[in-house]
Amino acid sequence: MTRATARATPHPVSRPASRAARWRTDRWGAWLGWGAAVVLPLGFLAVFFAWPVVSLVLQGFFTETPAGRVLDLSGFAEVLSQDRTWRIVGQTLAQAVTGTVLSVLLGLPGAYVLYRCRFPGRTVVRGLVTVPFVLPSVVVGVAFRALFAPGGMLGWAGLEESFAGIVLALVFFNYAVVVRTVGGMWERLDPRAEQAARALGATPWRAFRTVTLPALGPAIASAAAVVFLFCATAFGVVLVLGGLRYGTIETEIWIRTTQFLDLRSAAVLSVLQLVVVAGALVVSSRARTRRERALHLTSDRVSAHRLRLRAGADLVPALVTLVVVAGLLVLPMAGLVTRSLRTADGAWGLGNYVALGTTGGRNALTVTVWEALGNSLRTATWAATIAVVVGGLVALVVSRRPRRPAMRRAVGVLDAAFMLPLGVSAVTVGFGFLITLDRPLGLDVDLRTSGALVPIAQAVVAIPLVVRTMLPVLRAIDPRLREAAATLGAAPGRVLRSVDGPLGARSLGLAIGFAFAVSLGEFGATSFLARPETATLPVVIYRLIGRPGAENYGMALAASVVLAVLTATVMMVAERLRGDRPGGEF
Amino acid sequence: MEQARETTGLAVRDAVVRYGATRRRPGSVAVDGVSLDVAAGEIVALLGPSGCGKSSLLRAVAGLEPLAGGSVAFDGEDLAGVPVHRRGFGLLFQDGQLFPHRDVGRNVAYGLESQGVPRAERVERVAELLADVGLAGYGGRSVATLSGGEKQRVALARALAPRPRLLLLDEPLSALDRRLRERLAVDVRDTLRASGTTAVFVTHDHDEAFTVADRVAVMDAGRLLQVAAPDVLLRAPASGRVAEFLGLAPGGDDALEPGEPVRDEDGVGTVAG
Repeated sequence: MTRATARATPHPVSRPASRAARWRTDRWGAWLGWGAAVVLPLGFLAVFFAWPVVSLVLQGFFTETPAGRVLDLSGFAEVLSQDRTWRIVGQTLAQAVTGTVLSVLLGLPGAYVLYRCRFPGRTVVRGLVTVPFVLPSVVVGVAFRALFAPGGMLGWAGLEESFAGIVLALVFFNYAVVVRTVGGMWERLDPRAEQAARALGATPWRAFRTVTLPALGPAIASAAAVVFLFCATAFGVVLVLGGLRYGTIETEIWIRTTQFLDLRSAAVLSVLQLVVVAGALVVSSRARTRRERALHLTSDRVSAHRLRLRAGADLVPALVTLVVVAGLLVLPMAGLVTRSLRTADGAWGLGNYVALGTTGGRNALTVTVWEALGNSLRTATWAATIAVVVGGLVALVVSRRPRRPAMRRAVGVLDAAFMLPLGVSAVTVGFGFLITLDRPLGLDVDLRTSGALVPIAQAVVAIPLVVRTMLPVLRAIDPRLREAAATLGAAPGRVLRSVDGPLGARSLGLAIGFAFAVSLGEFGATSFLARPETATLPVVIYRLIGRPGAENYGMALAASVVLAVLTATVMMVAERLRGDRPGGEF
Repeated sequence: MEQARETTGLAVRDAVVRYGATRRRPGSVAVDGVSLDVAAGEIVALLGPSGCGKSSLLRAVAGLEPLAGGSVAFDGEDLAGVPVHRRGFGLLFQDGQLFPHRDVGRNVAYGLESQGVPRAERVERVAELLADVGLAGYGGRSVATLSGGEKQRVALARALAPRPRLLLLDEPLSALDRRLRERLAVDVRDTLRASGTTAVFVTHDHDEAFTVADRVAVMDAGRLLQVAAPDVLLRAPASGRVAEFLGLAPGGDDALEPGEPVRDEDGVGTVAG
C-alpha cells in the first residue's frame, strides 16, 4: 500500500444547479417507476380477482326484483339451516385438522432425517419427497383411487370413498410442505444450544423437547398454517376420492353451481369459506413474521451429522421416514404407473398410452389427450409469464422498507392483498370470471370466448406462490449493499439492476417453475373456464374418469402419468436453478 | 471552531438525526446539534462509544439518513436534497458489503461503471488500486474466497476508485482481530494520504483514531465533546469524560503524561458503554 495513488483528478461532479435539476427529473422517474410497479399488479388483482369474487359473493346478499337489487339475507338463513351445509363444514374442518396434524407428526421426523442427517442418496430422497407437492390434484386423486379401488393394491383395506382415504391423500400432498419448511430451518439451527443442554445433563429427548422444538416452533406453526389452508381448500383430490359422501366447502360450491345451478347458496358457501380461510391466513402470517425473524438467529452454516442407525434417536425417525416415503409417497405413484400399463382387457402393454392420440371411448372428449397437453403447455406458458411479471413486481415492492410508517403499513397491506388468492377458492374465482367478464369494465369484449381467461385465472392462483418464493430472497439482501452501491454513484435504477436484479434472479428460476407447475395442474378455476376444444390435461383427465368404460379409465391413468412426469420434470429443472439460500417457503 | 461558510471541504452545522420520529412522537435523538468541519485533504476521526451517534452522523453526511435539523455542505454547496449517489462521497462499511455476485475486479470497477469510465481505463485503474491496497492480481477472484482483512482492502479500493471528494469510513477495521487492525490502520492512513483523500473515520478505538487521523472529534450521547489534534487531546482533554474515552485516568490534568494513554484491553467503547 505504498505506491501513491496521487494524480488525483478532481471528482467529476457536475455544477450544483444542474445536479439539483437532474435529481428532480430522477425523482419523478422513481415515482413513476414505483407507481407503475404498484398500480399494475393492483389493477390486475382488482379486475381479475376482487371484482369477480366480490360480484359472486354479492349474489348471496342481493336478489333481483322488478324494483331493482335488494338486500336479501334469506339465502344465508336457508343455507345455514340445512343439515347438509353443516355436514360439509364439519367434514372440511375434520379433514383439514386431521390432515394437518398427521402431516406435521410425520413430517417432523422426515425433516430431521432429510435435513439434519447425512446419508448416501439424500438428494434423491429429498427430490422424491418434493414431487407430490407439485403433482396436480386430479392426478393424486386418480392415483389414490386406483390404489383403493377393488383390485387395486390396497383394495382390501376398504378405503374407497372414505374419510381415511381422503386424509391419506391430503398428507401425501402436504408432507413435503412440512419437511421443507421445518427442515430448511432445522439444518441451519446452531447445534451448540442442544449440546449445551446435553452438557447440563438433559437426555437427548429432553434436549429436543426443551431446546430444539421451541426453536423450530415458528417454522412448524408456519408450515401447519399453510398445510391447513391447502387441506381446507382441497378440491380436485376430494372431488375424485370423496364420491357422493365426502366433500369440502370447495367441492360443495362446485356441485351447487354446476349441478344444481344454485348460485345463491354457492355464494353463501364462498363467504363461509372466506371466514375459515381468513382465520388460517392470519395465523400463517403471524407465524411467518416470527419465522423470518427467527431466521436471523440461525447460522449460515449447515450442520448435519452422519445418520447413525444404531442410536435410537436416529433409528426411530429413519424408520418413520422410510415407511412414509415408501408406503405413502412411492406406493401410490408406483401403483398409478403399474395400473396405467394394464389395458382394458387386463393385458400388460402401452395400449392406454397409444389411446392418448384418440378422443376416448364413445368420443368422451372433444380433443385428443395430446392436443389437451398442447393446450396445457400453451396456457401454462402464458400463466407463468403473467404470474412472474405481476408477482415479481409485488415481491419487489413488498421487499422495500420505506422510512415513513404510513408507507410501511401500505406495503404490508399490499403483501396481504396478494396472499388472498391463496385462500379464496379457485372455484369461486373461476365462477366469478364467468359472471363478470362478459363485458369487463363496460368494454364490449367478451373475454369468456377469447381463451385468455384460463391463463389469467391460473396466474391469479400462482401469484401468491411466486411472491412467497421471491420475497424471502429479496428481503435477505442486506440494505447496506444497496447503500454501498449508491455511495459508489449508482442511481436508484442502477442499484435495482445491479444489486437486486442479480441477487433476486436466483429465486426467479424457482418462481417460474412453481408458476408453470401450478398452472399445469390447476383444475378448480380451469374446469369452469376451459371450453371443450381448449380443455387442459387435468380437465380432460377428470372428464375421462367421469365417463363409463374401462378404456376411458385406462386413458385417464396414462394421461395422469404424463401430467405427473411433466410437472415433476418442470420442478426438478427449477430446483436446479434455485441457489442454495435459506428462507424460501414451501 | 466556527468557520466561514465559504470554505473548501465538509461543513456540518447543528446537525440533528432522529430515529422513529412520527408526527406524534419526536423519536429518539441520535445526533444532537453537531457542528464539524473537515478541510480538504484532512482526515478526521469520530471517536466515541457504541451508540453515541457517530455512525448516524456519518450516514447523515453520506445522505443515507435524513437530517431532522441543521445542514451538511461541501465546498460551500448545501447538500440538502442531493441524493446519495450524486454527492460524490465514498462510504466504507464495517463489514465491507462487497457485492457477492461480482468478482474482486468488478467490485472495484463498480463506481467507475457508474461514471461511464471507458473499459480500458477502468481495467487499468482497477489494477492500479488493487496494487495500492496490496492485492495485485486478485482481480479475478471470487469475494467469497477472501479473508476478512482482504475484504476490507478490496472495499477500500472500491470506495477510492471513483475518486470521491470525501471518503466516509464506518468502523472499517472493527470486525478484524487486533494485530491485523493495527497493521491495517497504518495501511489505510498511508493510502488516504497518498491519494490526498479527505476522510471522516468513525471508530471506538482511540489508538486507531490517533494512528489514522489529523484531528480527532470525541463524541458522546449525540454531542461533540472536543475536536483537536491527537497530541492536543492527550495533553489537554476538555473534560473528565473526554479523558475517560481517551483511556487517560480520570482526575487532574497535571497527572497525565502526554502520549502515554492508559491502555484498556477492549478499547474505550466498552468502558464507557
